[in-house]
Amino acid sequence: MSDWRFTARQLAKNPLSLTGVVIIAIFIIIAIFAPLIAPTPAGQLNSYMIPRDGYWAEPQPPSAAHILGTTQGQYDIFYGVVWGARSAFRVALVVMSITLLIGIVLGSLAGYFGGVLDEILMRITDIFLAFPWLILAMALVVVLGPGLKSVMIALIVVWWPSYARLIRGDILQVREEDYVEAARGLGASSGRVIIRHVLPNAIYPALIMASLDIGAVVLSAAALSFLGLGAPEGYADWGQMTQFAQNWIVGPLDNPLKYWYAVIIPGLFILFFVLGWNLLGDAFRDIFDPRLARR
Amino acid sequence: MEDLVRIRDLTVRFHTYEGVVYAIDDLDLDIRQGETLGIVGETGSGKTMTALAILRLIPYPGRIESGSIVFFDKGLRSELELLKLSEDKMRSIRGCKISMVFQEPGSALNPVYTIGDQISEVYLLHQRQELGRQAKRRIDSLLGNGGTLAASIKRPFWRWQSRLYNKIAEGSNPLEPRILSHIPLFRRLLWRLKDEAGLLTVSMLKDVEIPDPDRVAGRYPHELSGGMKQRAVIAMALACSPELLIADEPTTSLDVTIQAQMLELFRRIKADRGASVLFITHNLGVAAEVCDRVAVMYAGRLCEVAGVEEIFLHPMHPYTKALLEAVPMPGKELQTIPGALADAFNPPPGCRFHPRCPSAMPTCQHERPKLKEVAKDHMVACYLY
Ligand SMILES: Nc1ncnc2c1ncn2[C@@H]1O[C@H](COP(=O)(O)OP(=O)(O)OP(=O)(O)O)[C@@H](O)[C@H]1O
Ligand code: SF4
Ligand SMILES: [Mg+2]
Repeated sequence: MSDWRFTARQLAKNPLSLTGVVIIAIFIIIAIFAPLIAPTPAGQLNSYMIPRDGYWAEPQPPSAAHILGTTQGQYDIFYGVVWGARSAFRVALVVMSITLLIGIVLGSLAGYFGGVLDEILMRITDIFLAFPWLILAMALVVVLGPGLKSVMIALIVVWWPSYARLIRGDILQVREEDYVEAARGLGASSGRVIIRHVLPNAIYPALIMASLDIGAVVLSAAALSFLGLGAPEGYADWGQMTQFAQNWIVGPLDNPLKYWYAVIIPGLFILFFVLGWNLLGDAFRDIFDPRLARR
Repeated sequence: MEDLVRIRDLTVRFHTYEGVVYAIDDLDLDIRQGETLGIVGETGSGKTMTALAILRLIPYPGRIESGSIVFFDKGLRSELELLKLSEDKMRSIRGCKISMVFQEPGSALNPVYTIGDQISEVYLLHQRQELGRQAKRRIDSLLGNGGTLAASIKRPFWRWQSRLYNKIAEGSNPLEPRILSHIPLFRRLLWRLKDEAGLLTVSMLKDVEIPDPDRVAGRYPHELSGGMKQRAVIAMALACSPELLIADEPTTSLDVTIQAQMLELFRRIKADRGASVLFITHNLGVAAEVCDRVAVMYAGRLCEVAGVEEIFLHPMHPYTKALLEAVPMPGKELQTIPGALADAFNPPPGCRFHPRCPSAMPTCQHERPKLKEVAKDHMVACYLY
């Protein structure tokens, strides 16, 4: 309980962290209540497909029927950004949690036991890190076949090595601490020592990096979608909506900002989502530091 | 007096890239029941490694090359060869029958857990059965009393809990609690174990004279002073009433008044519990205060072992004499030991002390002096005797 109060105090102290919390909270609400905010039209089976109003190429400005307008191909922007929040959370959380899990398991094994195992695992991460990540991710998506699932797999593959290395490094450091030796002296097994004594002291940098990186994951997923490698056409996904806007960034000569809504609105959603996680990452840094007074 | 630990021919080496370090070389040492044995020696003489060898915790790349360490288990009334035990069995001895207080009180505590959590962990590791028994007793008393509506609703739950804790009390790692303790939410059903451990923790903290133990149990290590932390570490080591307590320079990093309090605490613990203490220090004054016998180590070997008065009044080994000369005293010019510490990679042959010894003779250079009993309870390894 006092930990919760401490967390709340720490958040309140820093207005930027609080902003991050608020932004992410709003996105969570949007994602949870998507069916209420933007109801799926009757008769449509898959809620994640954006309803379209005709097949016309030119985006249409906001109107009563489409309060944020439509994109190229007459997909409803409002519906797309609301349901896109769900896609964003799914990609971000799935990619980040699997990446962290792989990083923690492999990083702990390499760091705690060292020796040959460490050598092998670290050389494998070297191989992955030697590729330019975007090229590797694109190649993987092409091989696996475009789609949101492929994007997630590709991002996990390019992301885990840096976490494995980060966690390994921190574990190497914590492993040498006296309290780890003391825990072994008290009769704790290797597994227990790693899980109870080493990881809790070694994992905070990785958790903080993860919350900062969630934004980057969403951006990368959007980048892959923007390149046409992401979700199938019409799927509620912010990256894809920016791709729809590709040809409409600049309007006709007499009105260059004519199609602003098609570009700006999905872009703003991505921007705020990434910003929110970054601010939250800073907040985590303050909260997770066990050496800060918790009184 | 009977021996609690008998170390014979213990050899520990570190195989490093630069060569082999002879950290401990053919060491014979006994720790008797109920005594405080001091190990003194300069830095690098192998004091810590001797202690870690007993716990079988020599860090990589070190290895126990040969020897035997026999531990007489009072509870089981049997002798255990520690170097031959399985790792599982050894784990059940560490922290329970033999425990260790480390040099730095600050860093021996995990910064992310409260003092109470860390001490409780020792009980949860080694005394699950007793905790289970206590918990069952408490639930059974709940079952016994009260005919209120609330009590009769909760009764089936209590009955199940009673059965659960009984299984833990009977030991042999039963399935149901074992599964429960691995599932995050269900783990809470075993909260009584933690509660019982918490009660024991508070009384343990009281025992090492920590004021206001209830509150201190909820504190994080960084919120305590050095002396308090050291007391907490001692409490942790004493939690399971070990038969041997190893204290590796437990007072070095504390200031003098706190040091005196700690020494007092050690003396009382020994008197109260009848445990043996292996007290490692490089401070002869401290050794004189707390020890019954003192062993002097030099470059991985023993030079002299004798009762504390004997060694201070009639030191025999030239190294012991030199050490005593080097203790600062008012009105006396400070003597230093000439020469440098033995090189750990290329230790001198014969007597390791011969390059620095004022009475060295030709044999000392190539033949190793054996540890001999030259007076009653007074062992020396030197050709002078
Ligand atoms: N990790 C290691 N690698 C190589 N040699 C080591 C290692 N740890 C210890 N040693 C060697 O083992 C020998 C004994 O070390 P030990 O720590 O037991 O000394 P000590 O008597 O406890 O000294 P101090 O008073 O400084 O604590 C030393 O000569 C040291 O060089
Ligand atoms: S054996 Fe020889 S060198 Fe060693 S302490 Fe005795 S006299 Fe000195
Ligand atoms: Mg030492």
